[in-house]
Order: sequence, then structure tokens, then C-alpha cells
Amino acid sequence: MRRLGTLALFLLAGIRSVALSAPPQSPQHGEELQITANEVGHYGGVLTVGQRSEPKTLNPATAADAPSREVIGRLTADLIHINRASQLTEPALAKSWTASKDGRVFTVNLRHGLRFSDGQPFDADDVVFSFELYLDEKLHSPQRDLLVVGGKPIAVQKINQFTVRFTLAEPYAAAERIFDSLAMMPRHLLEKSYQEGKFAQAWTLITPPAEIAGMGPFRLKEYVPGQKIVLERNPYFWKADRNNNRLPYLDELVFLFVGNEDAQVLRFQAGDTDLISRLSAENYSVLSKDAATRGIQLFDLGPSLEYNFLVFNLNDLASKNLNEISSRQSWFKDLKFRQAVSSAIDRDGIIKLVYAGHGAALWGNVSPSNKLWVDQALPHPSRSVDHARELLKSAGFSWKGDNQLVDAQGRPVEFSIITSTSNAQRTKMATIIQDDLSKLGMNVHIVPLEFRAVIDRVFQTYDYEASIMALGGGDADPNPEINVWLSNGGTHLWHLGETKPATEWESQIDQLMQKQMVQLNYKERKKLYDQVQEIIAANLPYVFLATPNILVGAKKSLANFKPAILEPTTLWNVEELYFLSGTGSPSGARQ
Amino acid sequence: MITGKKTSKRKLIAAAIFLLALHLAILLAGFVAPYRPAEQNRDSPYVPPTRIHFVDARGHLHLRPFIYQSVARPDSLYEYEEARDQEYPIRFFVAASEYKIAGCFLSHTHLFGVDAPAQIFLAGTDNYGRDQFTRILYGGQISLAAGLLATAISLLLGLCVGCISGFYAGWIDESAMRVAELFLVLPWLYVLLAVRAFLPLHISPAQTFLLLVAVIGTIGWARPARLVRGIVLSARSRKYVTASRGFGASDAHILRRHILPHTYGTLLTQAALLVPQYVIAEVTLSFFGLGLSEPMPSWGNLLANLQQYNVLVSYWWMFAPALALVLVSLGYLTVANAFHQRLQSGSI
Repeated sequence: MRRLGTLALFLLAGIRSVALSAPPQSPQHGEELQITANEVGHYGGVLTVGQRSEPKTLNPATAADAPSREVIGRLTADLIHINRASQLTEPALAKSWTASKDGRVFTVNLRHGLRFSDGQPFDADDVVFSFELYLDEKLHSPQRDLLVVGGKPIAVQKINQFTVRFTLAEPYAAAERIFDSLAMMPRHLLEKSYQEGKFAQAWTLITPPAEIAGMGPFRLKEYVPGQKIVLERNPYFWKADRNNNRLPYLDELVFLFVGNEDAQVLRFQAGDTDLISRLSAENYSVLSKDAATRGIQLFDLGPSLEYNFLVFNLNDLASKNLNEISSRQSWFKDLKFRQAVSSAIDRDGIIKLVYAGHGAALWGNVSPSNKLWVDQALPHPSRSVDHARELLKSAGFSWKGDNQLVDAQGRPVEFSIITSTSNAQRTKMATIIQDDLSKLGMNVHIVPLEFRAVIDRVFQTYDYEASIMALGGGDADPNPEINVWLSNGGTHLWHLGETKPATEWESQIDQLMQKQMVQLNYKERKKLYDQVQEIIAANLPYVFLATPNILVGAKKSLANFKPAILEPTTLWNVEELYFLSGTGSPSGARQ
Repeated sequence: MITGKKTSKRKLIAAAIFLLALHLAILLAGFVAPYRPAEQNRDSPYVPPTRIHFVDARGHLHLRPFIYQSVARPDSLYEYEEARDQEYPIRFFVAASEYKIAGCFLSHTHLFGVDAPAQIFLAGTDNYGRDQFTRILYGGQISLAAGLLATAISLLLGLCVGCISGFYAGWIDESAMRVAELFLVLPWLYVLLAVRAFLPLHISPAQTFLLLVAVIGTIGWARPARLVRGIVLSARSRKYVTASRGFGASDAHILRRHILPHTYGTLLTQAALLVPQYVIAEVTLSFFGLGLSEPMPSWGNLLANLQQYNVLVSYWWMFAPALALVLVSLGYLTVANAFHQRLQSGSI
């Protein structure tokens, strides 16, 4: 019986070796490969990563959910790329680019001789075609907003087979950053479905792998519904190490669908997956207890770019039938009230109890890890309940009986904070804030709601009093944040749908944000954005709380692992990753 | 036979005394618990249960038990050690934070406590440094009150429907029993989830509590109703009932005087069975986040912490509410069992 088992193993091993992915093509003459600076590795191995949920699509122009984008990012490549480690732009499919003096015209030179993962050549036609897709209004591509500058879509023009010109309607600071993560798509595979009006249905999970090709380090091999998605090496990938070995080193990259974060941690602890990102602080401490014996290493990369905040509902509720909330808005609209709340909140307690020390307190919207843009002069007032009480007193509030805060009309101060049940951290913050504000005599209720219900109340019905939410985390540059701060922006959460700025300081922010957007000089731009940060901190449309650290882990045998705070934190240099010899690939050995 | 009866009686007495003591402690939570249930100690998250000592570091025996202060180990997260340089004797009947017993009697006296800055955490602390022991006692108020009240509702409903159904028989009986069967096959957890989904979100803790009780209690009337109906059905055809009727007694008199007394034993047994069942129902609902919200404790809320993987594997004292739940259930089931045996032998 045992012999039979061994035989079966041999047979399986045989099948495995037959099914191994195609070997990398040796560099061809005339192929302009990018040479990477990483440590030289060796070929082989399977990297297994746990994903919380299945991707919904593999279509780069329609994918909006994080799991889809995580997979698509490994299958495709962009023209100009933001290096996740340095946070600066670097050439990718574009060998070089030049900007005109007024910052409106970009001329991009493509690398010669590159091929898609199906072996077909890549040139300017593919670039023009890809931008046509992103800019097509009917496709509702989530990337489209970024490509509309000054109200007009970017004009894309082919100059020759390897040169493309982009023209913007007005100057746009850091314009080259918008090319990041815009996947270049193959015209030869997608043009037919686009012309037939079926592009939105193209490249689903059940599309045969042969019909999907990209410029990324991997290509699709297999999708097993409910279990995993397997990617194999793209033998034509356009990067090589300094010994002229074509990347990637790994044979395969497997995404396992494991469910929630706890399940991800269990699979990583059991050795089923090789790396883990987006760890919560609690799970980080659970893993760090026996990290050495399990052969894993954990990284605390410092504060993320995300900011968590408490927002009060300052929306115009005249048209809504929400009398109770609008009667309480007189408190929320009072700056002194918001300042008192901010002053009473124990941010150190939040860092300690919610993030187990792996986080940073915030008094503004820019995380301290965003070194290029954070305003170092922003004040960090320490917690003071007494100061908060003085502020409330000067705003006409008083205390009655058993430390109950009442306003000038004698109404007891009482409100509820809605949080999403899917985020335990924010519910914990609410519990801490509830206790902090009870010291001011405020009676705060916590209402945990399903994520969709929170979004619906905050964005649509305005049926809430306060909420704890998070924003940011995308790019380090101020421009992706513009929708949060412009008074008519789509994520101007505290007061949505303003036709003109509701307050003087909001109109100041509007002007400064518009100015910094067209200012091409970094120092001048920084000055403008510093002013924005100061106005925000002084007027507290959001009561900023804290930002979590980026916590990740990987097997010790994984080399060239350089996690970064920008998404995707762990897989951004997947083509450079390899398993140290001697240790082999644990996942490969298992299969 | 006689010895069996004796052990059952002894068990009954032991279980009854245990339950009485537990209920008393929970009713007097403010007095027994050393702290307030929502009091956060942000410097002491996840402190393990405080050890009670009689022998100090120098080997001296103390008659009065004492504790050492738990201090965070330097450069560690949520790890603590005892500061052995000073003993803090446990004092009884100490004055500390204010509380109310049964919502009316104001008091400052607590059963036990230690001098500041030390704190005594008999069952450790949670994520916010709140005393688990205090929270289990206060949480018991919610969970047990929910169980007892819901049982009362169920039994009252069951008694009424069972009596009417058994006494008047005929189509009333038929229809009532069909409805009862419908309630018996209802998957109660889903019904509770559905009912909760229809409720407004902003309801006060007191309203939430009453609602929980009403829903749990109303769903469970069918089984006691069927039992009561059976007893009433057999009792109403007894000769003394016919005789009483012959003397011109009213229905109400016959029910009260001759029939209801037969149901008391069964009702008591049912009560002892239903209370733990309903306590668990409340715990289940709160565990799923449908019960009371923070910072009010209930056993279900307390156990919900264990849904987090890191709590499950790192802090064993967070299981303490489960122990309380098991003990209460065992106590009630022992009582129910003893009642049942005595009912069989006809001594109730």
C-alpha cells in the first residue's frame, strides 16, 4: 500500500514537471529590456499568497475591487511607474519621456522590441487603444476621472510606432504620476470585442487563458472557482537582472482565496502561504510570538498613508426629513465643539489599545510617513479634558446634575457614532472616544452597521450624526486627495453636494488646491499644500485620529522581499522575488 | 428507590443553594464587584487574573490575603509581571465608586478591594483594561434577567393557551395546537435575526433589552402550552371535576381549584429547563452583535471578543464568561432534573 503511495507521488511529480511553466526566453537582439538593480536570484519556485476574496474580473479597464486589481497588477504593466520603495516615478514600458515647458504636452518613447505574454509585439497602437478604452465614457472605467484634466480628457496621439504624445488641457502638477497602474492592453486581443460593444464582458475569470495577455511579469494559467487563481511566468517579460537573466525568477504565483484576515493569518502560520500583507496589529503580535521557530520574518514599515477620522454630519438637511439630526447640527457646526471633541480624545490610547503600539497619532490629513508632503509645522496639541471643558463653556455649553453636558437651550448633548462592523479597529476607536467624551458629559452611542449601510448613510441619505471612517492610502501626492478637499468634491464627506463653498475657509481650500494642481515647482506646491493642511487642522472638518502602521510578513527563505507602504505593499517587485537555494520553495515542494 | 430519592434531594438542595448564591451575587453586582463595568484602564489592557497570595517574597505567612501590583513588562506589549516590592492586602467592605442596587439604593461600599495604585482583577481585563470579573457580574444581570423574564413570558403564554385549549377542547384546541406546532418548527435563530433586522437602529439599550426579552419569550410558548394542555385534558375528565361541575362550579373556579394545581410541577420543571435555554439565546444574539451595544456588558457581548483570532489564542481569561454560562446552565438543569424525578415519583 505504502509502495503504491510512493508510486503515485512519483507519477504526480512527473505530471508536475511536465506542467511547469515555459522557460524564460533569452534576451533577443533589439529588445530594449530594463535592467534591474536587485540582487541576482535563480529561477524556480511557486509563491503562494492568500487573498481575502476572489477577484471579480481580469479586465483592467473595468476592475474596481481590490482583489481584482491585485491580480491584474501582476498580469499587466504601465508606461511610467511609481517605484513603491522610493515613491518616485521611473520608466517602465516607456523608455523615457519629455514634458513641454508649460507642462501640458508629454512625449513618451516606448521600449523597442517588447512582446505581450502571448508573444505578439507591443507598440504605440496598443497604447493609443488602451487610452481609448480608459477614456470611453460608456465603459465607466474607474481610471477615467484621473485622465480628465481641466474638464477635458487627455488627448492621445501616435507619432510613430514607438512614440506617443499626450496633451493636457491645462498644466497638471506631477502629471506623469497618473500613468502609474494604467495597464497597457493588447489591441490584437481586445479590439474585436470593443468594436462589437462587448468590451465590458471581456476578460472575465472564465475567459480561456490563451485569450488574455499583458505586459506584466506573469500570465494567467488557471482559475479554480472558489479556490485559487494560478499565474505562470511571462516568458517575454521586459525586465532582466544585471546578469541579463530575464525576470521573473518565480515559476508561478498562486492566489489562494481564504476568506477573512484571521483565515489569512492561520494559513500563513501553517505555511500554506508564503507572505501576508495588511496584518492587523493584534495578529502581528500573535505571529511575532513564534516567528523564529516558524521561519517567518515580520516587518513594521511604519505609518501608512491612510487617515482615520471622526466626521460630523454638516450636510444641508433642509430637503431631508431629519429633524432630530438637524437640530443637533448646531453643536456640530460650532468649531469650538469640534475642537473640544478633538482635545478630549486620547490618541495615545487609540494607538496603544487599537493598534497595539503599531500606529501613529494624527492631527492632520497627511501621515508622518509622507515625508515629501507632510507639514512639519502643524501643531500637535496634547490631550486636555480641561481645555475641552473651557472651549465648551465659552461656546455656551454648561453642565447639569451628574456631569451631563447641556447646550445653551438646555438640551442634553447626546449623539451616535456609526461605524462599519467589518472594521473592528474603528469600532474599538469608537468605544474609546465614547469613554473620552463621557468625561465631557456627552452621551455617545455606538451603532455598528454593515459597511454598505454606513456608506449609504454617509453618501446618500445623510441619516447619521457622526461616523468614524478612513481615507487616503493611495498615492503620496496631494492630487488624488483633491476630491476630499474641493467643496464640490465627491468625497467631501462632511458636507456633500456644495454648489458653492459653505464657509470662508472652504473657499480658501478650493483656491489653494486649484493653485497647487497647476504649480509645477515642488517647493511652491509644498507651500500651498502646507497652507491647506493648516486650514484643515484649524477648522477640523474631520477630527483626525490615527493611522495604522503597515505590517507584513514573509517566509525567511523569500529573497529580495522589500515591502513598501504604498499598495501593493508586498507584491510590487514580485518579478525580483526568489526562494533562497537550500531552503527551496516550500510551496513548490508541497505540490 | 429511597436512596435514589435522597441523592436527588441532596443534589436539588446543592444546586438550589449554588444558584441562589450566584443570583444574589449578580443582583448585588455593584456591591460584589470592585469597579464600575465601563471603567477603562488604558494602561492595563489584557492583564491576566491577579494572583492572590498568602506567603510574601520573604517567605512570611500573612493571615490576610494580599496581591502584588501588575505592571507592564518594559518593552513588551500586553505582558505583565508582579511588582514584588510591595504587598497590597485585600480589604473588605471598602468605600470606592458609587453604585446603585436594583436601581434605587445608592451605596459606596464594595465587598472587597485593594489600595490604589494597585488594582485587583480576579478574572483579568479586556482590551480596554476593564475588569472582567466586574463585567461578568454586571453582564449576568442582563443575561439572567433576560432568561428569567423571557421564561416568565413563555410560561404565562403557554399556561393560558394550554389551559384554554385543554379545557374547552374542540376546534379551539385544534387550532391552538396547530399554531403551536407551527411555532415549534420555526428556526428561532433566523426568526430573531429577521425581527432584529426590522427594528430601527437608534434604540436605547433599555429598549433593546426589552425587545430581546419579548422576542425570545414569545417564540418559546409552544412547548409549555402543549404540556399544560395534556395535563388539563386528563384532569378535566376526572370524577371530582365532574362532581364540582355538578355542584354548579364555574369554569374559572374549576380551573383554579382543581386543574391548575396539577400543572405546577410541570411548569416548575419547564421553568428550570427554559431559563438556561433563554440565557443562551440572549448570549447567541449578543454574540452576533444583535444584543446590547458597548459599553453595556452581557455574557454574549463578553464572549464576542473571542471571535478575534488573537484573543482566542492569546488571552485564556477571556473565556471566563463561558464558565459562568456553563455553571448557570448546569445548575438549572440539575434542578430541572431533580424536579422531573420528583414529579415522576409524584412528590410535587
